[in-house]
Amino acid sequence: MSALLQLEGLRYAQGGRTILEIPALEVREGETLAILGATGSGKSTLLRLMNFLLTPQAGIFAWRGKTVTRPVPLSLRRRVAMAFQEPLLFQGTVSQNVAYGLALRGLRGAAAHSKVDEMLRLFHIDHLRHRSTRHLSGGEAQRTALARALVIEPELLLLDEPLASLDLPTKEQLADELKHLLGRRSITCAYVTHDQEEAVAIADRVAVLENGRLEQVGAPEEIFYHPRTPFVARFVRTGNVLLGAVEQSKDGLAVIRLQEKWLEAVSDVPVGRQVWVCLRPEDVLLSQEERISPSRDSARNHLAGVITAMRSNGATTQVALDCGFPLLALITRRSALDLSLSPGDRLVASFKATALHLIEEGDTEKR
Amino acid sequence: MVVGVPLGVWLGIRRFLGRGLLVTLVNTGMGLPPVVVGLFVFLLLARSGPLGNLELLYTPTAMVIAQVIIATPLVVGVTMAAIQGLDERLRLQILSLGASPPQYFWKLIIEARLSLLAALAAGFGSIISEVGAVMMVGGNLRGETRVMTTAIVLETRQGNFSMAIALSLILLLLALLINLLFTWLQQRRGA
Repeated sequence: MSALLQLEGLRYAQGGRTILEIPALEVREGETLAILGATGSGKSTLLRLMNFLLTPQAGIFAWRGKTVTRPVPLSLRRRVAMAFQEPLLFQGTVSQNVAYGLALRGLRGAAAHSKVDEMLRLFHIDHLRHRSTRHLSGGEAQRTALARALVIEPELLLLDEPLASLDLPTKEQLADELKHLLGRRSITCAYVTHDQEEAVAIADRVAVLENGRLEQVGAPEEIFYHPRTPFVARFVRTGNVLLGAVEQSKDGLAVIRLQEKWLEAVSDVPVGRQVWVCLRPEDVLLSQEERISPSRDSARNHLAGVITAMRSNGATTQVALDCGFPLLALITRRSALDLSLSPGDRLVASFKATALHLIEEGDTEKR
Repeated sequence: MVVGVPLGVWLGIRRFLGRGLLVTLVNTGMGLPPVVVGLFVFLLLARSGPLGNLELLYTPTAMVIAQVIIATPLVVGVTMAAIQGLDERLRLQILSLGASPPQYFWKLIIEARLSLLAALAAGFGSIISEVGAVMMVGGNLRGETRVMTTAIVLETRQGNFSMAIALSLILLLLALLINLLFTWLQQRRGA
């Protein structure tokens, strides 16, 4: 896929404080790039820079390979549209709002009506067309805002946490619809969110931002299973991110010392290196000591531990263990009930050598 | 309105060196005593004044100049507050949908029209009730520069209370009608 928008050497500061510093980033034609980051990481600022609403102190923007000149021509600005977390609807009716971008481009009458009608149908708000925007629910308002941004058929759609203020069922439904729509129409989209699940649900690639710096860009699986920095690992809820040292390394299998315990991981990291050991809680299998012999399964790591805390999150339960180091495991709520688990119980935690991902401590500094 | 609204919008959205001073001047102007304005316009237009050769003193033009000076800071101030009162992201939203600068300017006016009508009502109120300045620069000349308020003052001084009351009622009715129009524009459905 070729790049639609490329940024190089971007630096943006406000009030003497650097908000963003990104050596390089591109949004490819037809992809949905999720920009994932915590509050204050600079992700919304990045989106506003991509929308040419802000001027950076340094950096080159290229649109389909051609350098963008400043002030940015209106014709280029009009190829990009943006929707925010709040619907930010104008006074008037739903259809007047959806038609606004078309009116700006001089498109009125029958041609505009048919485009507006199509968008209203796509977002299931055609029955609300004459309703005042003051009398819409949160979901209806956000659908209107998305229809308003999409009706102008932007070459680049920028979405700034568009689902963050919606209730969970509405959010999930709209996320599905949006993903379907973006895919079917091959719309290039940069999608800002702080929610890793939303990012995975909608994105082809994910860029993780931290304090205005790009930590990692890659496919969702890469970000989730092969985070490049401890920050990314923690941000995508890896759960277990622990510092250890490689003591042996042979035939692609490394033995890591973690406090007074030893773990085996599939890795080529050389002996002597300090590593961050990343293990997703859902990859940890729990069994009761007296019933299952650790040697029977395919997992290479088996650690005895004591439950220190349990937290239920709806259908799942997070179990915190003390195995000589703190370890988090995620099991279904039903399993927790079946095993009658409670703090103080002794368990065996098992996980495969392939489930461990190692980040070399030096790599973090090299970035 | 022609001067005050655009200036208010401009002050509401732009950040530049000296803006703070300009805003202070506008705020001061909002509380400017009309008599002081009348005095300055009088001195400006008086035969020996810098613009004396224009021979505008005691003409309706002089009265309009004074009224504009009195009303403009009010309209600018309230307009600026109205524009600044809009959500900053709403302003970004307008731009991000591809508005050109004039389209952006116009949309801001439309979105802030509730408050802008209040600005116009404030400006209108200050003008229609004004006596001191128009009397000073207009001279209250019958058939030329006599307006309702100055006529009421004159009739009261001459003891023609019934005429003064009648004129007052007409003035009140006029104010009521204009404000009814403003209120209708402001509060109508979908606005």
